[in-house]
Amino acid sequence: MNFIISLMAVLALVVAAFLGIEAAGLSRVFGVAIPYAAFILLISGVVYRVLNWASSPVPFRIPTTAGQQKTLPWIKRDRFDNPCNKIEVLGRFIMEVLFFRSLFRNTRAEVDKGPTLYYQWEKWLWLGGLALHYSLLVIILRHLRFFAEPVPSFVPVLGGMDGFLQVGLPGIYVSDAVFMIAVTYLLLRRLIIPRIRYISIPADYLPLSLILAIGVTGILLRYFTRVDLLKVKQLAIGLINFQCVVPEGIGTLFYIHLFLVCTLIAYFPFSKLIHAGGIFFSPTMNLPNDSRMRRHVNPWDYPVEVQTYVEYEERFREKMIEAGLPVAKDIAAGGPAIYSLTKK
Amino acid sequence: MKIYDGRYVISGLIVFIALATFPVWFNRGKVSPSPEPKLDTPAILEMVQKKCVLAKDEMRIGHMRLLDQWRTEVVRNGRRIYTGMDGKIHEMSFQNECLKCHSNKTTFCDTCHRYVGLSSSTPYCWTCHIAPREND
Repeated sequence: MNFIISLMAVLALVVAAFLGIEAAGLSRVFGVAIPYAAFILLISGVVYRVLNWASSPVPFRIPTTAGQQKTLPWIKRDRFDNPCNKIEVLGRFIMEVLFFRSLFRNTRAEVDKGPTLYYQWEKWLWLGGLALHYSLLVIILRHLRFFAEPVPSFVPVLGGMDGFLQVGLPGIYVSDAVFMIAVTYLLLRRLIIPRIRYISIPADYLPLSLILAIGVTGILLRYFTRVDLLKVKQLAIGLINFQCVVPEGIGTLFYIHLFLVCTLIAYFPFSKLIHAGGIFFSPTMNLPNDSRMRRHVNPWDYPVEVQTYVEYEERFREKMIEAGLPVAKDIAAGGPAIYSLTKK
Repeated sequence: MKIYDGRYVISGLIVFIALATFPVWFNRGKVSPSPEPKLDTPAILEMVQKKCVLAKDEMRIGHMRLLDQWRTEVVRNGRRIYTGMDGKIHEMSFQNECLKCHSNKTTFCDTCHRYVGLSSSTPYCWTCHIAPREND
């Protein structure tokens, strides 16, 4: 049901773009106004979310410690699973962002025939996530060929490497295939595994459905229907330079693709997709574990008047002796205070 | 609103905005007109009816597919006869048929291919075919 909702939402977007172009002829709206609006939403939304997070105080160190803390010199410690300074935190971050290290540790817990709990090897989610993110990166970088003139020299090189199979014309990109396989896997995973299906809400399915639809329309545009790339680039360059031209006859499918992308980037800051920025604000990830090296004082502590035990006993000693309570300093001895609270 | 660790947060945001707007500052407002492939080779100028095997718009967006079909027909099926849109018979040959008219690789093929960011090896025509000799 949750999946159906998100699928319906994506289909509604497709129909909206289709009708907008075919019936209403709103190519300026879908080609110019919506892309600008989406981009403004993306930038302002990300800035808003980030500043909102940054305004929350994190006074104490609460990192996830997945290894031996720094301690005595002869005890081997884990630099990146239990970082104690900023450099090590940076190292941990690089491995997390580039290789999804914490996801790599994922295991599957299962009670299989009997009371014993088994933890099983489970790397498919990590692999699928990594494949999705990297193929998406390659696809985004490849699209720079439409947005930059002259095309930066790395883009054709990347496109050449991506199309190294030289199958068909226009040639198949490896990243397209990897992307579609990864998205399909991640979607099926949510739909088929009962526990994951149970915790999946429409907001989990919508990004997947959306990027799947973007992938499908993109693949249709490149490999099956035809689109005049010169016109597409004219439109894109016009948008970039704020001198919009909407060439005639690009085709409805292109506008559907563009509208879905616009929806995705406008939706980005307000959905789970903002984990791209949120990862840097994870207090369990971005703090060094130096609680035992430095004292962290909470600056928002209310200034409470405190009294040490020594002061307390000085004040109430007579009364305590009267009441038969043990006192630390022996009055009769008159000597230096020996605050040993051990029973005699 | 106080921003904690403002140094890192603001520099992170600046990096994000710089990357997201990369094409804007990379282009710096230069609007380059989309290229027009040149059709002024001697062979084309001599033609009475200036027509390719398919209509211009068809060729613009589908030439790569046509070439791929021709390759398959010739190399795998051994057929070399192609009937064009107006019933005209063409020899399926990139080297002898296409390049006979379009003998200007740099001002015909390369203008668009460069504009849409194909690498020099991506239209891999020239790994087997010899590029026409151009005077200019």
